Amino acid sequence: MISKLRTRTSFLAGPYALWVLICTVLPLLFILYYALTNDNGHFTLDNFTAIADPIHLKSLWLSFQVAIITTVICLIMAYPAALILHNLKISNKSFVVFLFILPMWMNFMLRILAWQNILSNNGILNNILKFLGLGTIHILYTKSAVILGMVYDFLPYMILPIYNSLSKINDDIVEAAADLGAKWHTILFRITLPLSKDGIISGVIMVFVPSLSSFVVSNLLGGGKVLLIGNVIEQEFTLARNWNLGSGLSIILMIFVLLSMSIMNNEDDAGKGGMPL
Amino acid sequence: MKKIKTATSAIYMAIIFLFLYAPIFVLIVLSFNDSMSRTVWGGFTLQWYANLPFNDTIMDALFTTLRITICSSLLATVLGTSAAVGIHHMKKHHAAIMLGATNIPLLNADIVTGISLMLLFTRFTSLGEFSVVLAHITFSVPYVIFNVLPRLQSMSDSCFEAAMDLGASPAYAFYKVIWPELIPGVLSGFLMAVTMSLDDFTITYFTKGAGVNTLSTMLYTELRKGIQPELYALSTLLFLLAFVMLLIINFKSRNQEVKNEN
Repeated sequence: MISKLRTRTSFLAGPYALWVLICTVLPLLFILYYALTNDNGHFTLDNFTAIADPIHLKSLWLSFQVAIITTVICLIMAYPAALILHNLKISNKSFVVFLFILPMWMNFMLRILAWQNILSNNGILNNILKFLGLGTIHILYTKSAVILGMVYDFLPYMILPIYNSLSKINDDIVEAAADLGAKWHTILFRITLPLSKDGIISGVIMVFVPSLSSFVVSNLLGGGKVLLIGNVIEQEFTLARNWNLGSGLSIILMIFVLLSMSIMNNEDDAGKGGMPL
Repeated sequence: MKKIKTATSAIYMAIIFLFLYAPIFVLIVLSFNDSMSRTVWGGFTLQWYANLPFNDTIMDALFTTLRITICSSLLATVLGTSAAVGIHHMKKHHAAIMLGATNIPLLNADIVTGISLMLLFTRFTSLGEFSVVLAHITFSVPYVIFNVLPRLQSMSDSCFEAAMDLGASPAYAFYKVIWPELIPGVLSGFLMAVTMSLDDFTITYFTKGAGVNTLSTMLYTELRKGIQPELYALSTLLFLLAFVMLLIINFKSRNQEVKNEN
């Protein structure tokens, strides 16, 4: 009876299975089809080999650099924050967790534009620096500004999974180590860090992938001077109207993402530790 | 020693929050700025708030955004919750396939998801608000599933079976035993879907047709013309609304805790 019921209940996933087939799998086949054909619908591999074009290769390499730097900075900033949040002795931690998500309710594009105000040559940051007698910096429309924007945008995606994995650690283990005389750094490096590995991996993936492929932040804070692979693909679809080439480059980007991920992640069920509230 | 540690922690968190909220302060200040320029302070004004309801471009985009967000997150929640229940009862390897497919939109780059959906939609239907809703459902459902599924997995089957043994029909047993346990997961999944849909730019950008604009895509197309200051007013209001809601939820759950303790 129960097992029959189980089989019947599993059909509840039917509509979603159909949805996945039509809206997730089929579109990927479409993009593959476009990538493998030219304007006239004839088979070609040109859209893939186009990545060897120096301009494309350069933007892919630049994207890779930006994504790696963004991910590392996010990790360095997020881990202590997640640790502090975890150790907070207040009853309502979820309130603080929400404070990390709340900025997302203000339009993302406007927030990035506000960074233009902060970073520009006569901007808020430079005025503060001048006031403190520290001179000025000119980082708007450079790679650094793009990285800063991405770190800003993706930091919550790093903090939350790490925080989640920290909450799963049994406090008794940490206490036992302390009782046995372990110093804080021993506890951190021998217990907490290894046990929060899943969260770190999820966080790294959730930051690395979007920063590898973003084109808006680089448009707004790079001022068109920082051409990432995302920008190249966007331009193929909107300005150049070469959908086939755009699809080919998208597939290359996808393969690149999958490769980087399979290197980082073998055991973690990515996404699972992702963003639960 | 402990004091130093607490102080360092507090300062560190303050810096992180300053970093996260600095642009938001800038935008709130700009919403009261009596100047069309983003860089000059022209004195205090409330005119952008007063003009807001009469700015058709912005109000249109706002309503489009809301329609898309509400439709897509409601549908995604229904689809995702029923999918999670189904997947939970599947044979292991079937469930693994489903979960793998569910991970695709989460792990794929937004630009690739957006483009692939655009290629599909242009072939079978036209681009418009409808296609954006379909696209938003596609990337929201995984968040719902991954919020609901852990709830199901942490539940034991015996209560459900006991209810059935005592003569409850499967539907009644589900409603009385499993559903109450699922609600928090369903709610947080819904909230994630709303947040992701509101904040999305890339996928909307590629799947919207000409003439359809959400707040994000409108902003992007009008960047060169300069930003209408009413937008600062609108986003300040939206942000405050979210903040107040958060405070209310926080206050309520704290009250509940106190009640539970008594």
